[in-house]
Order: sequence, then structure tokens, then C-alpha cells
Amino acid sequence: MTYPIPNLIPAIPEIFLLAAASIILIIDSFLSQKNRVVTFALTQLAILGCACATLITFRSGITYTFNGMFVDDLLSDLIKFILYLATALTLVYSRKYLIARGMYRGEFFVLTLFAMLGMMVMVSANSLLTLYLGLELLSLCLYALVALQRDSRVATEASMKYFVLGALASGVLLYGMSMIYGATGSLELGKIATAIATNQVDRMVLVFGLVFLVTGICFKFGIAPFHMWVPDVYHGAPTAVTLIISTTPKLAMFGFTMRLLVEALHGLVLDWQGMLIVLAVLSMAIGNITAIAQTNLKRMLAYSSISHMGFLLLGILSGDINGYSSALFYIVVYAVMSLGTFGMIIVLSREGFEAENLNDFKGLNTRNPWYAFIMLMLMFSLAGIPPMVGFYAKLSVLQAVLSAGYIWLTVTAVIFSLIGAFYYLRVVKLMYFDAPEDNTPLRAPLDVCFLMSLNGLAVLGFGIMPGWLVSLCDQAIRDSL
Amino acid sequence: MLFGLPILSLVIWLPVVFGIAVLFTRSDRNAATARVLALIGSLAGFCVSLPLYFQFDVGVSGMQFTELAPWIVRFNINYHLGIDGISLWFILLNSFTTPLVVIAGWKVVDTKVAQYFSAFLIMSGVINGVFCAQDAILFYAFWEATLVPMFLIIGVWGGQNRVYAAIKFFLYTLLGSLLMLVAFIYLYINSGGSFELEVYNKLPLTLTRQILIFIGFLTAFAVKVPMWPVHTWLPDAHVEAPTGGSVVLAAILLKLGAYGFLRFSLPITPDASKELAGLMIALSLIAIVYIGFVALVQSDMKKLIAYSSVAHMGFVTLGLFVFNAYGVEGALVQMISHGFVSAALFLCVGVLYDRMHTRMIADYGGVANKMPIFAAFFMLFALANAGLPGTSGFVGEFMVISGAMKANFWYAAAAGLTLIFGAAYSLWMYKRVVFGNVGNDRVNKLSDVSAREILVLSILAIAVLGMGVYPLPFTEVLHGPVNELLHHVQQGKGAMP
Repeated sequence: MTYPIPNLIPAIPEIFLLAAASIILIIDSFLSQKNRVVTFALTQLAILGCACATLITFRSGITYTFNGMFVDDLLSDLIKFILYLATALTLVYSRKYLIARGMYRGEFFVLTLFAMLGMMVMVSANSLLTLYLGLELLSLCLYALVALQRDSRVATEASMKYFVLGALASGVLLYGMSMIYGATGSLELGKIATAIATNQVDRMVLVFGLVFLVTGICFKFGIAPFHMWVPDVYHGAPTAVTLIISTTPKLAMFGFTMRLLVEALHGLVLDWQGMLIVLAVLSMAIGNITAIAQTNLKRMLAYSSISHMGFLLLGILSGDINGYSSALFYIVVYAVMSLGTFGMIIVLSREGFEAENLNDFKGLNTRNPWYAFIMLMLMFSLAGIPPMVGFYAKLSVLQAVLSAGYIWLTVTAVIFSLIGAFYYLRVVKLMYFDAPEDNTPLRAPLDVCFLMSLNGLAVLGFGIMPGWLVSLCDQAIRDSL
Repeated sequence: MLFGLPILSLVIWLPVVFGIAVLFTRSDRNAATARVLALIGSLAGFCVSLPLYFQFDVGVSGMQFTELAPWIVRFNINYHLGIDGISLWFILLNSFTTPLVVIAGWKVVDTKVAQYFSAFLIMSGVINGVFCAQDAILFYAFWEATLVPMFLIIGVWGGQNRVYAAIKFFLYTLLGSLLMLVAFIYLYINSGGSFELEVYNKLPLTLTRQILIFIGFLTAFAVKVPMWPVHTWLPDAHVEAPTGGSVVLAAILLKLGAYGFLRFSLPITPDASKELAGLMIALSLIAIVYIGFVALVQSDMKKLIAYSSVAHMGFVTLGLFVFNAYGVEGALVQMISHGFVSAALFLCVGVLYDRMHTRMIADYGGVANKMPIFAAFFMLFALANAGLPGTSGFVGEFMVISGAMKANFWYAAAAGLTLIFGAAYSLWMYKRVVFGNVGNDRVNKLSDVSAREILVLSILAIAVLGMGVYPLPFTEVLHGPVNELLHHVQQGKGAMP
């Protein structure tokens, strides 16, 4: 029996990363703690290699392979590039933090790489199975990463919570997928879409499955009322891991949602639109209002992420190309901002001290004006104040919702973002208006300082010149869907 | 164009660039460098704005000095700048105020000096952007960007209760502007994908839609003006802000709201404006009469001037919504004049505050005995605030009242009679602070204004008197655009489908 070899070219980045991660795992076991920097360098090289591989295998148009289970298009390439960039930045930001806490070990790097692999599979999946596979690979790595600080009570608790709820969500998602499979008789997204479009499917079963899918997706995004794990995990996990959880998986989940809800189930748009409206409003309300009551910055940002994911849903639920491209722009911008904010928490932390309480930011302007200014830009960007890029993300999503005809939803979103502005302003107030309580000098390695500045300036720079990023996101969605 | 330079871009970005440069002087050890650099920057900003006046062509209708470049292609947002007679004087006023603020803060500010001057320079550039923008999103971006430096100015260099005032200022303004943003997006969708003001002005809209959009604009502009009953942020912000902050707030930032009415509400939603003019006039008259009373009983000088600003801005909105040339031009002149007068009054209070560290009227008395030069200046500005003929305050108020008289006798009667209150609160405050016997020991130790302070106050005094005696340069550029606007409003959009 002959077995035809599928076209491997579109999957070269994934294959390369798998091989590289395995090799790093082996090499690392021969290294002493003193030489751990080799693992760090190899990991960065692997990410660079992935980027090259993605660049080399770039084709315009859509390529399917592995019997239609895997797809390579502009959307997946764009998200992958941002994944590489964000992961590389994450590693640089957290290096010193990891060393100080005894987490600077091979496991961290290998788990991060495998998590990235999972995310790459998620955004390139073209079948329910591949989607699920990628998601599980990501989730399992994240559970382990959260628990990496074995002796920390909060981290273990967070990890347990994350695992139990995450496994439940995966189960729910799988159940929904099986319903869709049962109704349409196919795992491939394109075929599912055709089956729905030709109307030969029992709608009842489809919508039943859809409810579970949406639930599962919202669990993973951390959208109210499925958000309970978010604050605990953000808070409990070591900040380096929170940094990972808060940025790249959101991007990958966006790709996942695009594949599942838009490519496969666009025929059910009227059904999922209604669900998403409720979830989005709930999410913005709970996220923004609860964030005001937080004293821990990581928890506050967790609630802020809940509200931002609600805002993201607004773009998705607009249900047209315009909405999806706005949502993509939003999530990319969110990733940049989130990277900067958690990066700043890491920069301010030092051995035996986590700068995670709001009060730790008191008087930052006196201690280090430049960092305070970066944080200021990040906060105003999260609040959506021009000229920061966060404003344009909000603008494009609001524009999509309004052109879909939901005036009341737009006004609601606007009111909640006003409420949201309050707690971002409070951070600025602490940094600029208050006197410092802690005068330990802030020292960050030069590379971290440089990249942090770049990250902060990106928020301003993209705000002044947002044109090409908006167009790029639009192009990616138009070419791929 | 002068030498082919994009003047408007220079007017916007030159102060911003200088503002960033000032930041690089870093710690307070280099405060002297920061001050000098800031002064150079603000003077340069003023100089590049001068060609706008000299090259301005009164005969041309429409926008001048236009610049157009694509900015966000996907949403058809353009970097579109241009000014007409209405914006011209606001830009000049703003560029004129910035050096004064820098000089006024020269010695007074001694912590985080670089950041202080940088915030003012950046804000100055951004405010110019608001007055130039011909694209709704560009306008919005500049409009909101003014909040950030002002928030910091109030919060970092402000008084006792500064945090409350700064956050209140920010959130109040943000609430209004976000609804304006929704209105812009609504227009964008209705116009088939454009953020151009010119397109909006010609866009046919039904009355219901116009009213919705008008309300969106109203929330933004009414908060900024501020109109009664959303004025409550202003006294807090004024009292807590440092002198420079109060000056910019009163002289320029408040004008943004009324400018917004002229540039957006009236031309884009003319029928809704006429429909709701009664409401607007009622709110304006309440502001003039009621706030006049409120100002009378204030014991804090800055609060008193803040309330007097609200009352004066009531005159402005009254003038705008009587829909005749006297009213609208009067409103504009009143805005410019108020820019000079309120700036001068806040500077005067600042002079006293720097010496005594109190703003309470009761803590003063007999200042004239110790500070005769200062008392003379203060007298002039207090009288201008009361609308004495020969000062700039008279011109605008007189025009607005004439315009109101044309529309309805009772409007004019209500507004005119309350001029008495204006005189009462200004002069009564002046009497209690300046005249009489020396109130206490601390007043006894006061020293008269320094050369630096004389410089600032006399520049403003010249402006106030000049405008009062010879207002033609201010009004001549207004005739064209104002008549065009009124004609446009008169025609309305109601006949359109």
C-alpha cells in the first residue's frame, strides 16, 4: 500500500519548530545552570528560524495540505509573525525575572516553544481535529508553565484552577465539535460551510453544537460569564507566564475563532451574532466595573483583558469582512499593549519583590521618568485615548458595529470604555501625582530597556501612523476568508 | 504658502517638537536650559503662526492654507488641514498665549520643570491642530490629545485637591467626546465612507437624524464650553490647576467647545440647530444669570473667575444660537476677548498667590498700598471683565446683545441686565482685595510685580485695550465665513430628502 506524501511546504515553520524544540530539549539537559544562556539563545534562534521559514514559504493565496486539514494563508502568516515577535520579546523581558526566581531552566523555554507550536497549528488549522489539537497543545503547555514555580502556593492554586476549568472548556468545545461533525458529516471547515450553505443539515443539531462551541471559545478567551479563571491565573502565575498568557494565546484564539465561526459556520451567523452580543456586553460590564475595585495590578489587568475581549467580540459579531478586519487590528494592538504593560511589571520587579500592587507604581515618574512615560502611553492606549494606537483599534471596531446597524450597542460600548478609562487613569495618577514609597533604583538590562522603549514607542508610533497596520490587517482578512 | 512651507503643519508640529526637545533636558538640574528652550519654542511657534495673519486673504471664501494627505487609507481618513476667518484668531490667540504662560511659569515652577514646559508646548501644538483639522477623525484625535497634557498639568503641579479635579476634568470631557465620536462614525456610514467636513456639510440628513447627531455633538461641546448644567468640572479644574494651566484652560480650551458648535453643529445639523435653538438659548441665559449670582458669592478668587468664565461663555453660546451676523461675530469676538481677559485675571491671581499662597479674598485687603503697579493692571482687567467700553470685553458683549435684540427683546434684556452682575462680582472682588487698609501683616510684606510679571501683564493689557479701541482686524476676517455659515444654516437641509 502506498501512502502519498502530502505537500509539506506550507507546514515547514511548524515542522521546523517541532524539530528545534525537541533538539533544544536534548541539548538543554547537557547544560549546567551557568550555561543556560545557550538554551536562551537557541530558543531565540528557533523563533528566528520560524520567522524565516514563514517568510520563505510565503505564497499569496490560500494553500491547503494534509488532505485539507492544514491551511496556509495571509491571515495565518500575519498572526504567526506577531506570535514570533511577541514570544521573542516575552523571553527577553522575562530573562532576569526568571533567573531571580530559579525558573531559568530548559523547561520554561521548551514549554514556551511548544505552546507557540500549538498556537501556530491553531491559526493554520482547517479541520476541527487540527483546531482542537493545536488548542490542547497550547493549553497543556500553559497549565505546566503556570505551575512551574512548584513551591508557590498561589501559582499551584492558579494552575489547578486553570487546568480544571480549561479541561472542562475543552470538553465542552469537543462536544460541540462532535455535534457539528454529526450534523454535517465532515471535519473539514470548508465542507462544513458547504453543507450548511446547501441546507441539507438539521439546523437544530447545528445550533445545539454551536452553543457549546461558543461556550468553549469564550472560556478560552476569558469572556464573561466564563471568565472566572482569568483573574486568578493572571494573578497567581509568575509574571513571566502571565505575560505569555495575556498576549499570544489571545491572538491564536482569534485565529481559531475566525476559522471556526467564520470559515465553517458563517451560515449560522444570525445565531452566533445574538449569543456574542450578550457575551460582549456582559464582558465589558463585568470587566470594566470589577477592575475598578482591584488593588492588585495583575488582577486589574486581568479584568481589563476581559473587557477588551468583550470589545473584540463586538468586531467579530458585526458579521462581515469589515468587522473581522477591525477585530484583527484590535487584537494585534491589544497584544502589543498587553506585552508592554506586563513587561513593565517585570521590569519593576526584582529579586524577592513583585511589583504587582498598584501602590508599587507610586511616584514612578520621580523614580524613572522614561518608564513612567512608557507606562503612561500604554495606559492611555488601553483606555483608547488618541494619539495612542488603542484609540484607532476602538474606532475601527465601533465603526464596524455601527455599520452593522447596532447603534445602542455602540453607545453601550462607549459608556463602558468611559468607565474603563477611570482605572487606567488611576495608574497614571499613581505614577505621576503621588510621591514614591519605595526608592530602590530601577535597573534593567540594556536589551530589556531598549525593547521596552521600542514597545512603548510602537504604541505612540502606530497611533500617529496607523494606516499601514490597518490596511495590512484588512488585506489579511480579505485574502483569507 | 510662504516659501512653499506647509505653515499649518509647522504651527502644529513645531511646538510639539520643541516640547519633546525640552523633555530631553531631563532632571531639574538643567532647569535653566529647559526654560530657555521652552521660551524659544513658544516664540518660534508664535512666529510661524504670524504668516497666517499676514497672508490671509479676506476676500477668499472657504479654507485657506490647505494641506491634504492620505492618513488612514482603509477608512478614508485624511490629514486635511485648513483655516478660515473663524479659526484664524483662535490659532493666533493660542500661539500668543503660550509664550506668556512660559514666562509666567519661569520662576514659579521649580519641580519637574522640563515636564511642565514640555506639557504646555505639546498642548499648544495639539490645540492648533484642533483649530486646523478639516477631517473629523483628525479633529477628534487632536481634541482628545489635549486632555493628556492638561490632565498631567492639573494633577502634577496642581493644588490640594488636584487628583479629584484632574480625574473629574478628564472623565467629564471624555464622556462628551466619546458620544461625538459615535456621531462622527454615524456620519461616516451615512455619507458612504468619508470623514471630510466638507462632505458632511453638504450631506442631506433628515431632521430626526440631525437631532441625534446634534445631541452627540452637544454632549461634547457643552461639556467643553462649559454650558450649564455640565459646568461643574470647571471651577474644580481652575482652582486646582497651576496658574499656567488655568490660563490655557480659560483662554483656549474653553473656546474649543464653542468652536465645535460653529464648525460642526451649525453647518452639519442646521435644521436641528434651529429646532433646538430655544433650548440652547435657555441654557445660555441660565448660565449668564444664574452663574452670575453664583460668582457673586465666591470667596475664592480663582473660583470667582472660573464662574465668571462660565457666564461669559454663556454669552458666546447665546450669540451663536440667535442666528444673525451680530450674534455670531459677537460670540467670536467675545471668545477672543475672554481669552485675553481671563488669561490676564488668572495671571493676576497667580501673582498674588505666588506671594501669599492663598486665593481667599478674605486673606487680602489693601493690596494697592503695597503693589500699586499691580493694582493698576488688575483694575484694567477687572473692568474689562465687567465689559467697560474701550476694553475688549465691551465689543463682544455689545455685539451679542445687539444680535439677541434682533432675535428677541427679552433675550437681550435678560443678558443685558446681568451685565450688572458682571460688573458687581468683578469690582466687588477687586475692592475687597485691593482697596481699603492693609488687611494683615502678610499683605504688609508684599512686594510689587517684578519686571517679568510686568512684561506679561502689559502685553495682555495692550491686547485688551487694542482690541477694545480698534476691533476691525478681528472682525474683518469673520464677515465672510460667518455670513456664509448663516446662509447655509438658513437654507437648512430640511428640503433635502
